[in-house]
Amino acid sequence: MWHLITAPIVLPMLTALIIMLPPVHYSPMRRRWVSMISSVLQLVLVLTLLFQVQANGMVHYAIGNWQAPFGIILVADTLSVVLVCLTSFLALGAICYGSAGEDEKGSFFHPLFQFQIMGINGAFLTGDLFNLFVFFEVLLIASYALLIHAGGKNKTRAAVHYVVLNLTGSAIFLISLAVLYGTLGTLNIADMAQKVAVLPAEDLMLVKSGGLMLMIVFALKAAILPLQFWLPATYSSASAPVAALFAVMTKIGVYALLRVYTTIFGAHAGELSDIAGDWLLPAGLATIALGAVGVMASHDFRKLVANLVLVSVGTLVSLVALQTELSAAAAVYYTVHSTLVTAALFLIADLIANQRGKAGDRLVSGRRVTQPVLLGFMFMLGALTVAGLPPFSGFVGKLMLLQAVIEPGQRIVIWGLVLLSSLMVIIALSRAGSTLFWRISGNDSDGGKAHPLQVFAVCWLLLASPLLALFAGPLTELSQQAAAQLYDTSTAVHSILGQPLKEVSP
Amino acid sequence: METLFACCIGFLSACGIFLMLRGRTFPVMLGLTMLSYAVNLFIFSSGRLTLRGAAVLGSAEHYADPLPQALVLTAIVIGFAMTAFLVILAIRARADLGNDHVDGKLPNAAGMKKESR
Repeated sequence: MWHLITAPIVLPMLTALIIMLPPVHYSPMRRRWVSMISSVLQLVLVLTLLFQVQANGMVHYAIGNWQAPFGIILVADTLSVVLVCLTSFLALGAICYGSAGEDEKGSFFHPLFQFQIMGINGAFLTGDLFNLFVFFEVLLIASYALLIHAGGKNKTRAAVHYVVLNLTGSAIFLISLAVLYGTLGTLNIADMAQKVAVLPAEDLMLVKSGGLMLMIVFALKAAILPLQFWLPATYSSASAPVAALFAVMTKIGVYALLRVYTTIFGAHAGELSDIAGDWLLPAGLATIALGAVGVMASHDFRKLVANLVLVSVGTLVSLVALQTELSAAAAVYYTVHSTLVTAALFLIADLIANQRGKAGDRLVSGRRVTQPVLLGFMFMLGALTVAGLPPFSGFVGKLMLLQAVIEPGQRIVIWGLVLLSSLMVIIALSRAGSTLFWRISGNDSDGGKAHPLQVFAVCWLLLASPLLALFAGPLTELSQQAAAQLYDTSTAVHSILGQPLKEVSP
Repeated sequence: METLFACCIGFLSACGIFLMLRGRTFPVMLGLTMLSYAVNLFIFSSGRLTLRGAAVLGSAEHYADPLPQALVLTAIVIGFAMTAFLVILAIRARADLGNDHVDGKLPNAAGMKKESR
């Protein structure tokens, strides 16, 4: 039965409620255990879902059995299920890390975390634009509260900016949804794809403006230049497990861009096909450049990692803007790789900061870390992966990305920029690493050792990278399959609405 | 009616955007509230304005589109919750940072003097 599709949304919600009920709520250990067990269970369930989707192709689930264009549907195709798997994998690591003590610095850490996972999974699985808005709000309100978890001036200041920006983003989202509903008469993604293909000429400009306003919203969530200024401050001030989970939040923006501009405004859309590509490609490339400069200029390690997130987002958006099946496949692989490694680096930054006494994660000489070998190896593995050196997943990801650029003109620009930014990332990371581990002053640190759960969480996220490289064959096949399904709009529309997509008459 | 409605939405969003660009958290909050009112009215109008039509299908020849009404209800509830959160956050920022500027610090020296008094 396809009720399994609802599991990634219902399970975190129920877990959050259970954690808030008396028998569990009053004991920190019970809260942690329930949260961890639930995320293991969720990982198992979504992996089952992935295998079933691979076996049976795209499936959808009509909530309350209200049929497609009228009711809300959940759609599980390979792309969305891969991203849900990524979220569950990441969430397990982040929850383990948080359970080592970070969760007790404020209240309601675990319920909020579960609500956020619910929102993220819902945003990936929904097949309806208004429902996407609702899930965005679910994950945002949880993220607002998680951001100020454990308190502090920096967090409050970052949170004010983050909340105001996202509320404005929500208002723009609603305006564009209203424009699209007013012209197309539907908000179901598959139905919109069909209506866009046979749009009367007088509505063209309205739909185009609605579609491009959506791009502004998703660009804000994904943090693309000129809408990225909130990201470094927000991510670097959030507490470590929260920042790790936030690593997947920018990817939701990228996913939404990919979904909307492929399924709704894809090749079948006639006049409106590929309306975003012209805007997204320069913005994405500029984001890579700005992120790389930010990586070089960062004074502390957390800011550096936050800027690495920007570089990865810029890369992904450039791939989305290319609008080919090859580039979408590369984007899927690169999303999985970059999310996991940046999340791991956020956690490593926190471990280093805890062990260096007053110097924290600032890139100045300070006390020796308590566990130089362990942290050093973790840092090296993370740095090699994120910079894209062989034999780790970053190399495979970069290779797929470079291969996806076919046009010679674009090749010169994109290859040059991506490779140059990788070089800058390598320089910045080697400088950061030598400062953090080798420039030692003062006494030995009296900071405690890392909690075993923290070490486990970092290893869980880091070891994914060699595995991603080791199983690169099946995984690239998986991402190619995801891209093929994404670009096969007519089959998707047919299976959801039960009628074939009408082609535009030229 | 359409013109009046459109002018109303335009006026509300203009006021909202003006207030959002102010430097203190309270005007920004009011601006966001006004903008969300404008947005809600706009969603409502996306199903076309209908006079004396029930939002029920089949009961009469003349009906209003029920879906935007459902959408606007959802948007109102969400907007209300978010605004409430922002109010609390702004109060906390005032307490934590010592002033109510959105950047957490006052932009000029005159402002600093005023604050220290």
